[in-house]
Amino acid sequence: MKKIMPGHGSGGKLMNDMINNVIKEKLGKDSVQLDDSAVLDLPGSKIAFTTDSYTITPIFFPGGDIGKLAVNGTVNDLAVMGAVPLYLSCSLILEEGFDFDSLGKILESMRIEADAAGVKIVTGDTKIVPKGKGDKIFINTSGIGVFKNRLLRDEIKTGDKIIVSGTLGDHGITIMSLRNELKFSGDLKSDCASLNSMIEKISLKHGNGIKFIRDATRGGLASVLNEITLDKPFSACIEEEAVPVKDEVRGICDLLGLDPLYVANEGKIVIVAEKDAAEGIVNELRTDKSGREAAVIGEIDAAYPGKVYVKTYIGGKRLLPLLIEEQLPRIC
Amino acid sequence: MKRELIIKLTQLLQKRNIDNEVRIMEVCGTHTAQFFKTGVKDMLPPGLTLIDGPGCPVCVTPNSYLDRGIAIAKDKNAIIATFGDMIKVPSSYSSLAMEKSEGMDVRIIYSPLDAIDIAEKNQDREVLLISVGFETTAPSEALTLLEAEKRGIKNFSLLCGNKLTPPAVDALLNADEVKIDGFIIPGHVSTIIGKSPWNFIAEKYGKPGVISGFETEDLITGVISLLDMIKNQDISIKNGYTSAVRDGGNIRAMEIINSVFDITDSEWRGLGIVPGSGLSIKDKYSSFDAGKKFDVAVPPSKEHPGCRCGDLLRGLILPPECPLFDKGCSPEHAIGPCMVSSEGPCSAYYRYWRK
Repeated sequence: MKKIMPGHGSGGKLMNDMINNVIKEKLGKDSVQLDDSAVLDLPGSKIAFTTDSYTITPIFFPGGDIGKLAVNGTVNDLAVMGAVPLYLSCSLILEEGFDFDSLGKILESMRIEADAAGVKIVTGDTKIVPKGKGDKIFINTSGIGVFKNRLLRDEIKTGDKIIVSGTLGDHGITIMSLRNELKFSGDLKSDCASLNSMIEKISLKHGNGIKFIRDATRGGLASVLNEITLDKPFSACIEEEAVPVKDEVRGICDLLGLDPLYVANEGKIVIVAEKDAAEGIVNELRTDKSGREAAVIGEIDAAYPGKVYVKTYIGGKRLLPLLIEEQLPRIC
Repeated sequence: MKRELIIKLTQLLQKRNIDNEVRIMEVCGTHTAQFFKTGVKDMLPPGLTLIDGPGCPVCVTPNSYLDRGIAIAKDKNAIIATFGDMIKVPSSYSSLAMEKSEGMDVRIIYSPLDAIDIAEKNQDREVLLISVGFETTAPSEALTLLEAEKRGIKNFSLLCGNKLTPPAVDALLNADEVKIDGFIIPGHVSTIIGKSPWNFIAEKYGKPGVISGFETEDLITGVISLLDMIKNQDISIKNGYTSAVRDGGNIRAMEIINSVFDITDSEWRGLGIVPGSGLSIKDKYSSFDAGKKFDVAVPPSKEHPGCRCGDLLRGLILPPECPLFDKGCSPEHAIGPCMVSSEGPCSAYYRYWRK
């Protein structure tokens, strides 16, 4: 009998198969929005609506906690569409025996993040499951945003530039180091942050040049780019040298045989922009504390339609396919 | 400066004229992956073919090994401690990943020493270390056994599947099934054993070899040197990784290996039983030897009939020549181990250049 495996949550091919073959099959095809938010036409207005569930071990980590993640993640899913996030819901699933001190800290950090992002948590629910039936705390947040400016989705074309808003892999490697008690991770911390104000800045100044934005969470940069190119007549070419990655992250990745381009981020966006707008967008991103190391990392071309590939500094090329399942550390 | 130099070297390599087809074997699975990852594979001159060798520990481990590990864990309700690479490798009937989803306690470790920490925390259960690897991992597995003895840990054992690489290359050349003009010799293994154990390649079989590191520049200079040696009939073994490899190897590491393990015959996927190519735990440490400690019934092992991992590891075919490659065998549903491990040749071709 087929069982749920860790890879079904990795943001890669196994997860896509489950969404297509199980969830859409049972709930109906309109039930699943594959973009970051659904865009709904209500009489008189257009809104963005999204939901996400958060489960992470450990629940507290350098740079954040599950509560901060639950606010930021949903805020970012609305913001990358071009929507201004307004309201969140908060559903808690708590395991029997979970301590109130931790719950208090998590809720406090949710409130701080919500205030900072300018959103209100307006509805919620709490369920308790017996000990052993959950993992301390799971949080679901749904969010609603409105469109003041245009929807940040436009047809991607050959010649468009690919931008990232900063160093990749910080969140995933921080968590992996903690989980495995790696003692060499130094001062590394999660990049977990709400990006709505940064996105609003660039969309006000350069909105017409932006074709696409997505936060590069599970599956990292590689997964975002593979979604963009799937079944399309263009490919995405990444200049490996141009991709910002912290030395510590690269070091741990090398050691464990992981590729930082597949590692999760919680405070980084990938932007596809018109060629002429790219430099201005990068400069604007760099004025924000979450975008200091923003860079143009590649472009859309027609060399290998439907695929993402990397050019190394010597000019050699290799594919960057959709992650099959979770990355595992190697033997030697 | 270094960057410009490497780009110049790349151009030199690309411009090489190769009159007759040259076939170079990179023995090591990490080299296979690095050739792709650095882009060097894409910059090789026409007429030069890289053949993947038997240097991925997970790939050469026969199904019978995992079958035994799973049988012991089931029979003794043991905790399995393993490096991540082994998790998805198919055994005859399942895999550790499948067993884990059925409830087996399988823990991924980053160092073998983690396994004895797990044993100390779970004293009512046996902890079985999946001990698979070449000369590079054997010292840490030996140290782990010695540490377990020092701490008086009784609920810990190794399922020893450790292997030695030079005898496998010897067996491959001795079989004389495939044209190989020269070898890129594993850098990590050579840091432990040194250069001299590879001399037989030149002395016995008349083929040149270069010990190479893993960075872009190491791979490029390794290939350029080897092409020169082949052209000039310079039949010798050269050390192109002098920053890490000493001629005599790492004497301390070899002493640790020899203090815990004996050399024995070992079964390799594709090569069969290769004399003197494996390690077994010395009799005085047999209480840590899961193979001796537990007498369990192991179901007869079987291989998938279409899987050509064995031929691949002997250099007979390249991954895309296997009829199952991307047609039934892929990392999400691997039929053979070469598609699973990050060092497996099929996995490297699938990930980095599937056209």
